Amino acid sequence: MKSAEPSVVDFPLRRPGEAFPPPRYQDYRTREGLVVCHLPNGNRAWLVTRHEDVRAVLTNKKISSNPDYPGFPNISDTMGVPRQEQIPGWFVGLDSPEHDRFRKALIPEFTVRRVRELRPAIERTVDAQIDAMLAAGKTAGNTADLVADFALPVPSLVISTLLGVPPVDRDFFESRTRTLIAIRASTDQQRNEATKELLRYINRLVEIKVKWPGDDLISRLLATGTLAAQELPGVLMLLLIAGHETTANNIGLGVMTLLQNPQWIGDDRVVEETLRFHSVADLVSLRVAVEDVEISGQLVKAGEGIIPLVAAANHDADAFACPYQFDPARTERQHVAFGYGVHQCLGQNLVRVEMEIAYRRLFERIPDLELAVPVEELPFKYDGVLCGLHELPVRWSQRPSGAQQEEH
Amino acid sequence: MQITVDSDRCVGAGQCVLAAPAVFDQDEDGVVSLLTEHPAADQHTAVRLASSLCPSRSITVTVQQD
Repeated sequence: MKSAEPSVVDFPLRRPGEAFPPPRYQDYRTREGLVVCHLPNGNRAWLVTRHEDVRAVLTNKKISSNPDYPGFPNISDTMGVPRQEQIPGWFVGLDSPEHDRFRKALIPEFTVRRVRELRPAIERTVDAQIDAMLAAGKTAGNTADLVADFALPVPSLVISTLLGVPPVDRDFFESRTRTLIAIRASTDQQRNEATKELLRYINRLVEIKVKWPGDDLISRLLATGTLAAQELPGVLMLLLIAGHETTANNIGLGVMTLLQNPQWIGDDRVVEETLRFHSVADLVSLRVAVEDVEISGQLVKAGEGIIPLVAAANHDADAFACPYQFDPARTERQHVAFGYGVHQCLGQNLVRVEMEIAYRRLFERIPDLELAVPVEELPFKYDGVLCGLHELPVRWSQRPSGAQQEEH
Repeated sequence: MQITVDSDRCVGAGQCVLAAPAVFDQDEDGVVSLLTEHPAADQHTAVRLASSLCPSRSITVTVQQD
């Protein structure tokens, strides 16, 4: 057990113009034990950067996900994310065994088989969004913002389909979810308002499904009765928020990387490597020790916050050969882009399929898609919890293929 | 090689099904189900991968020495 005073480093906020993951992560990985950082609110938390240590933290029963526990490293207040009220069913902040009841109720909806069944619907959504982007682009000299016109709407529409949001409500649903995550374009007040509106809407949707069940996730959850009706809005909000910007950022960053590395276009292995390489959820898996615990030879006392850095773990040379190289052919698959342990992303197989179909259809239908600005001018998100692009200006010239037949 | 799975620990991530679909499946509750306890030699690498990817560490692989 180490007794030496650990080094204190800056809170791992991304800095404008800096490469991601930042070079300092490499430095932290080589230090013995763990490093300590000061959170924006003045508290201290441990940073965990090695792949093996991150997996150990995320599977340790002495370490909690509960944000109400004193010492939990709350960073969202200072990072422009709306503070989620504690709503019943917000099970990401629960530990086992309470957490497991929610997880077990939901996993039938996200099995490999169920996600495979959703493929045709996802294909239709992706194609319809490409149609819309091309149509809108016609009046703008065949240009578009791939983030706003494609990457953001696709996951929102997929989750709408999954939840059984009626088509007539999808624009409302999409615009509110977009306000919720638009760090630059909306104020705290607007985001809080959007949260309230979405919760009200989801409450109404649950009431409707109680009266008129359909073939959708909400109706099936109500039918099995594992979860109480008043727990559903929190669960659904979580599915909505967890699966929206994360997926959109992976789609946007993946397209950017493919445009820079066109030799990989058409290779489905790009999905897994995009997840690892970009690690959009670097700062999402926050934890707190509930008992004294040893991590990497370092004593972490009960009540001390722990931040496993996903991007650092995913670029650990002990786990991945040439980790800073984008290499879809690599054989190592054990990245922690979706976290690890009992909270590992429930929707991960859905996300994989969305990314795969999004990349494939986009480049099949717009083979000459290209960046409309130099890559170094792309606006990266430095001001939020998630990594991604605020915008991805693209253009195309030829007549795109595979568009719906126009009537003459 | 012998495989055991702990279905109580399983959190339904489905990584085993993606890594070794000939050996692992998910039942209708999304929980791991084993298609064979003694996979053929050509499945061993995929089974080890499945075991290492499992986020709840529900898969135990033992190799018997003959």
